[in-house]
Amino acid sequence: MIYKMSFDINKIRSDFPILKRKINGSNFIYFDNAATSQKPNIVIDSISDYYKNYNSNIHRGVHTISQEATDAYENARAKIQKHFNIRNSHEIIFTSGTTHSINLVANGFQDLLSDKDEIIISGLEHHSNIVPWQMMTEKNGAKIKIIPINENGELNMKAYDNILNSKTKLVFVNHVSNALGTVNPIKTIIEKAHKVNAAVLIDGAQASAHFKTDLQELDADFYTTSAHKLCGPTGIGMLFGKEKWLKKLPPYQGGGEMISDVTFEKTTYAELPHKFEAGTPNVSGAIAFGIALDYLNEIGFKNIYNYESSLLQYTTEKLKLIPNLKIYGESKDKTCVISFNIDGIHAYDIGALLDKFGIAVRTGQHCAQPIMDHFGISGTVRVSLSFYNTKKEIDVLYNSLKQAISMLS
Amino acid sequence: MKIKEIQDEIIEEFSLFEDWKQKYEYIIELGNTIELIDEKNKTDSNLIKGCQSKLWLYAELKNGKVIYTADSEAIITKGISAILLRVFSNQTAKDILNSDAKYIDAIGLKEHLSPTRANGLVSMIKQIKYYALAFNTN
Repeated sequence: MIYKMSFDINKIRSDFPILKRKINGSNFIYFDNAATSQKPNIVIDSISDYYKNYNSNIHRGVHTISQEATDAYENARAKIQKHFNIRNSHEIIFTSGTTHSINLVANGFQDLLSDKDEIIISGLEHHSNIVPWQMMTEKNGAKIKIIPINENGELNMKAYDNILNSKTKLVFVNHVSNALGTVNPIKTIIEKAHKVNAAVLIDGAQASAHFKTDLQELDADFYTTSAHKLCGPTGIGMLFGKEKWLKKLPPYQGGGEMISDVTFEKTTYAELPHKFEAGTPNVSGAIAFGIALDYLNEIGFKNIYNYESSLLQYTTEKLKLIPNLKIYGESKDKTCVISFNIDGIHAYDIGALLDKFGIAVRTGQHCAQPIMDHFGISGTVRVSLSFYNTKKEIDVLYNSLKQAISMLS
Repeated sequence: MKIKEIQDEIIEEFSLFEDWKQKYEYIIELGNTIELIDEKNKTDSNLIKGCQSKLWLYAELKNGKVIYTADSEAIITKGISAILLRVFSNQTAKDILNSDAKYIDAIGLKEHLSPTRANGLVSMIKQIKYYALAFNTN
């Protein structure tokens, strides 16, 4: 695996067995990467290697394979620490993914906030990012304020300044919008929040596959991502939390692993990070998460970013050649996501016909109804790209789209 | 015509198509011929749940037969709805209740009926049956 010198797209594509599939007789083209990424052999193999050779429960066993499994699991945590430049490995909690992480934080803040407090969430959020806070504020009476978005699908930072005040205790924004691909100015958002002593949680699910984030430099209080968005398996993710916050938050779930001493009268909770990792964790998932990070770092995030940027530009220019096609979310700073509609044609019809051409896109609201409401539309077609996609595939999309439109008009 | 006969007729028609494009062109064409729901019946209560595109279904009893009308924002959904209505509309409630929609598999549109596919056609078939059940007990 030597990619550092040059970006070898053919070699990369050969790492992903699924890309060899045929759908309806056509070469399979996968443009639904924002929903989940495909997996390279090295990640798939790491899971079967674990179950074939050292499957075991961790942190307790004195026997050889339990120690091997424990080492591999903790080694994955160390890889995450290095990748995100996190100060302490115990500030990393393995969760089942971003949704789990957000619920963990929301649950923790439930008792810390009262009806005098406010939280701020961005208008660019995924459903999973709205509901946990609504559930939390129903219980503690805190108020939710929203940062509105502008016509380009960017956060209105003036409005943020206006709603941020000493009552604000928590600010919650995604690093990149799943529906539009907008990269949010989280560094500024965090700096401003810290001036009023509010904590900030960043959802990095749509960012981590596309660029590297230095969490010490960013200074976020919490940051979360899901492995399956970055070539890892489903059901595993990570939550970073600054030590002072993780110590303050109560445990989320009770069970094994998260305790140090239990009597019927009282339980003492384990130290970080185990306090938040109740029960037998997803060992194979964590290991494969680490392998996925190795894989991406081997290719190099600079290479990935450059390649994806040129792919995004190519796709945007190509799609704009199609009459009556409107792109939603044209922020200057965005990842390779293109959300669009064609005048007079429903997104579902486009998606259904593209599927017939072997092209997987997402249609609908992308779990982001508030954003769709903002644009006054019921949904979009979303093409989300990855470093294993090619310009040739974009050409197939372009031609298929033209045929689909002519069938539908 | 009886439900089974219409279903066989549709299977026959679809067997003539050589590729998916011909088939979908026909579905789109059918979408434009659907018995359209009256605008006044395009209410939230007549919306079929689980659709990416809005899909309305309405039914009334005329001379002992159930008459269905529908509409959708998406033309493919509308076309497949038309294939359902051609079979089930203008039949007795009893006959509708005693029939199934397996012919959709036979014409290769099963993917649109998978419960996980968010186009609401599974819900639409259920709703067609509910209407028939309601009119049957009257």
